[in-house]
Amino acid sequence: MSEPVHRALGLTDDEAEKITELLGREPNHLELAMYSVMWSEHCSYKSSRIHLKRLPTEAPWVLVGPGENAGVVDVGDGIAAAIRIESHNHPSAIEPYQGAATGVGGILRDIFTMGARPIALMDPLRFGPLDDPRSRWIAEGVVSGVSGYGNSVGVPTVGGETVFDETYRGNPLVNVLCLGILPTERLVLAKASGVGNLAVLLGSRTGRDGIGGVSVLASAGFSDDEADAAKRPSVQVGDPFEEKRLIEACLTLLDEGLVVGIQDLGGAGLTCAASETASNGGVGMDFDVSAVPRREDGMEPFEVMTSESQERMLAIVTPEGVDRVRELCSKWEVEATVVGRVTEGGALRIVDGFEGEELANVPASTLHEDAPLYDRPRQAPADLDAFRADSANHLPAPDDVGADLKAMLIDPEWVYSQYDHQLFLNTVVGPGADATLLRLKHPTTGEETGRGLALTVDGNHRWCAIDPKIGTAATMAEALLNLACVGAKPLATVNCLNFGNPEHPEVMWQLSEAIDGMTEACEAFGAPVVGGNVSLYNESLGTNIDPTPVIGLLGMVDDLRAVPPGLDWLDGDRLILLGATESDELSGSQWAFEQGHRRGRLAPVDLGAVASVADLVRSLVNDRMVTAVHDVSVGGLGVALAEMAVASNVGCTIARVADHAALFCESPGRVVVSATTEQMDDVLARADAAGVPTTRLGLAHGDRLAVKGLLDLAVDELTTKYRETLPAALGQGTTQG
Amino acid sequence: MAPTVGVVQFPGTNCEFDVVEAVASLGAESVILWHQEADLGGADAVVVPGGFAHGDYLRPGAIARFSPVMESVAAFAAQGRPVVGICNGFQVLTEAGLLPGALQKNAGLKFRCGMTELRVESVDSPLTSRLAVGDVVRIPINHFEGNYTCSDEDLARLRDEDRIVFTYVDNPNGSMGDIAGICNAARNVVGLMPHPERACHDLLGSTDGRLLLGSFLDVA
Repeated sequence: MSEPVHRALGLTDDEAEKITELLGREPNHLELAMYSVMWSEHCSYKSSRIHLKRLPTEAPWVLVGPGENAGVVDVGDGIAAAIRIESHNHPSAIEPYQGAATGVGGILRDIFTMGARPIALMDPLRFGPLDDPRSRWIAEGVVSGVSGYGNSVGVPTVGGETVFDETYRGNPLVNVLCLGILPTERLVLAKASGVGNLAVLLGSRTGRDGIGGVSVLASAGFSDDEADAAKRPSVQVGDPFEEKRLIEACLTLLDEGLVVGIQDLGGAGLTCAASETASNGGVGMDFDVSAVPRREDGMEPFEVMTSESQERMLAIVTPEGVDRVRELCSKWEVEATVVGRVTEGGALRIVDGFEGEELANVPASTLHEDAPLYDRPRQAPADLDAFRADSANHLPAPDDVGADLKAMLIDPEWVYSQYDHQLFLNTVVGPGADATLLRLKHPTTGEETGRGLALTVDGNHRWCAIDPKIGTAATMAEALLNLACVGAKPLATVNCLNFGNPEHPEVMWQLSEAIDGMTEACEAFGAPVVGGNVSLYNESLGTNIDPTPVIGLLGMVDDLRAVPPGLDWLDGDRLILLGATESDELSGSQWAFEQGHRRGRLAPVDLGAVASVADLVRSLVNDRMVTAVHDVSVGGLGVALAEMAVASNVGCTIARVADHAALFCESPGRVVVSATTEQMDDVLARADAAGVPTTRLGLAHGDRLAVKGLLDLAVDELTTKYRETLPAALGQGTTQG
Repeated sequence: MAPTVGVVQFPGTNCEFDVVEAVASLGAESVILWHQEADLGGADAVVVPGGFAHGDYLRPGAIARFSPVMESVAAFAAQGRPVVGICNGFQVLTEAGLLPGALQKNAGLKFRCGMTELRVESVDSPLTSRLAVGDVVRIPINHFEGNYTCSDEDLARLRDEDRIVFTYVDNPNGSMGDIAGICNAARNVVGLMPHPERACHDLLGSTDGRLLLGSFLDVA
């Protein structure tokens, strides 16, 4: 007997039965295909929703919270900021260039769907080790894809992360964050209303690319190369020029007030856009599948309804407005076709011509609201006690501390120099710094507000592999300090939760723990979650990736008069560590992982103490009381000092670091600052008043990085290692695509 | 009266409003010139800005040169009026035959965005009257196809006629003769790969672009 159709589409037997129950009859093939994409893990969050509800989502400045295409916050002067983060992990593993490119395209549509002009992209990227040829091929292709699409579509990529680790060998992580700004009054939602209004499909023609992307690709893990290659037709193909014209056309339509509601076509294609707009508006829709412009002949209705062809939007407009919509779209050479009619009741009917045959008829809301909700079994690892007892501090001390430090230095410049990170003239602090800082100008008048928006993306799989709850809280702490280093206070959090197979109880435990850690930190820092994305089934050959929640934090600089201090200190500056080293625990540190030690425990994070350090750093930066500032993160104090020495091309002499554990531990809530001799007393006094412990580390001078009793290295040597790592591994350029 | 700068917009252009902002900071007005319109809107000078006109499909500038606006820009240039092409605009001007040579893919086949240092080679151009030969200015680049090339005869002519306006101090893309920018024989049309509009604000790392665009407004 052949496999039942519903299973081939990725639906379980129980889910198929529920569909029959909802409809009061057996679904036909088209209906089943529509439910299969909408009830996929990717679209329905069926495994994670129950946990996501615990996250704090409210603040007076939050205009739109999670659940819409993007979160929106009020940033003053009649301006709102829209922000969202997404993953495109599985497509990028199969076809790196197009996977990454269409990830960029998809997140942009989420932002301009809200009425916002996208002004910045960030790309947190995670690949397998650099000595693995396939991982290098993926890394090169992904960077090419981001560069090729992002640069051409005309939105600057202003920051990101680049991480290489064994855990991503079979399953890279390609996350992308987008920030947009809009005049507050232009905010639009994905909602159909007004019986008789028309649904107009804008943009690209529909083809067979990306059919089942959400169900076949995004909601299952990887097995072997041959089977994965067969999934390649499920990866979409992007066209940044089409998207650029689509952005300009849509923003013009919104400016003229022609749009009642609008939704982008991403995962699950037309099925999602049509059912979501209807369901959100409490109305129904007759959708004429025969009217959809196609790239090829002979496409079946189910293919048209589930295709994930890129660069398409569905706008709801009044019948009187349609001619003007067509006119404006034609200026931008964007195709506009009436494909649907808003109807009374809640039925989504797919028809072959408005007066033609009915091909499907389902209650629109059932595709969303009745999607399954699972409380999947959760179970901490059975050997957790032994795991936690195996501390990396028991490892032998390194023979050559300097060599271990050098091994951890890696300059991401090879990546970000391939991205336009300056377009729109906003980038005050660009990629490679602790956080990105953008001028905030009014989206329509271009007038300067004198304020700035700051952005950072942070993830740390090592911390989260050791302890998903503390690790996630520590990741939030790092994001907060990164913002503080450019003088910003937090406004809103978005998260991209990259985890393994949710059918494994340990993975569900990790996810639940991570959400608890994030909840505590977001509450402590006053940074509500306004949106997110959950990417599950990140597994390869039965092995799950380390849990990797990636956090995007948006912040505000109230008075942006001058460029904040960077990493570069001056000869003669005094170096001070702000914040206590609560524990010299090495477990979960990069140093430990480089030794192959991936077990142990994390010390708890004192979130109140971290917030005090952030407040202090922000005030020191904004009052220009320090000459340089850098948070202590991956690689500990050692890497922070080395990066500062390289940035300034001036060495330093450091005392009061007891041993390799003190140098490489990643205890959160610490920041290195440098100050002139005159400034130092004021810095210490202000820290004292804020209750923040300080350590006087030493002096910036000369051309060597020397830590008493531990290492003594030429700055030149550090610079060469730092700069050469990526070009040496990845070559001169990216040649894919 | 403040001059008005016409800024050409093709579908896919993306630096047009950056140019508008930069020239506004220097006290000039701007008018956007849609590529399908032949009317230059009374502009005193024209900028063909950066971006990806027509998606750079076929070849950067290859489709843009056929737009109605380009006929008007060519006629405007023929009258001796100032025209500057920045980045993609430089590519468009070479495709349109207003400047010699071509821009091929960077040596290393890599898109490059970042600060560069340019040496001023000629002050007899609409972008360099406020500068001196040998001055070094800091202006960012942002391109994949910025590797300037031309025939040996053209190169000799550019040199003999003092038409190389800028060279790179540290060649980032393999350009012949380190060329970053050139002008036409009549010296009123300039093309350069670096983006002066990105170097006009105290918060953006360099204000040297103000010298270039200020020179341009002087002759507008």
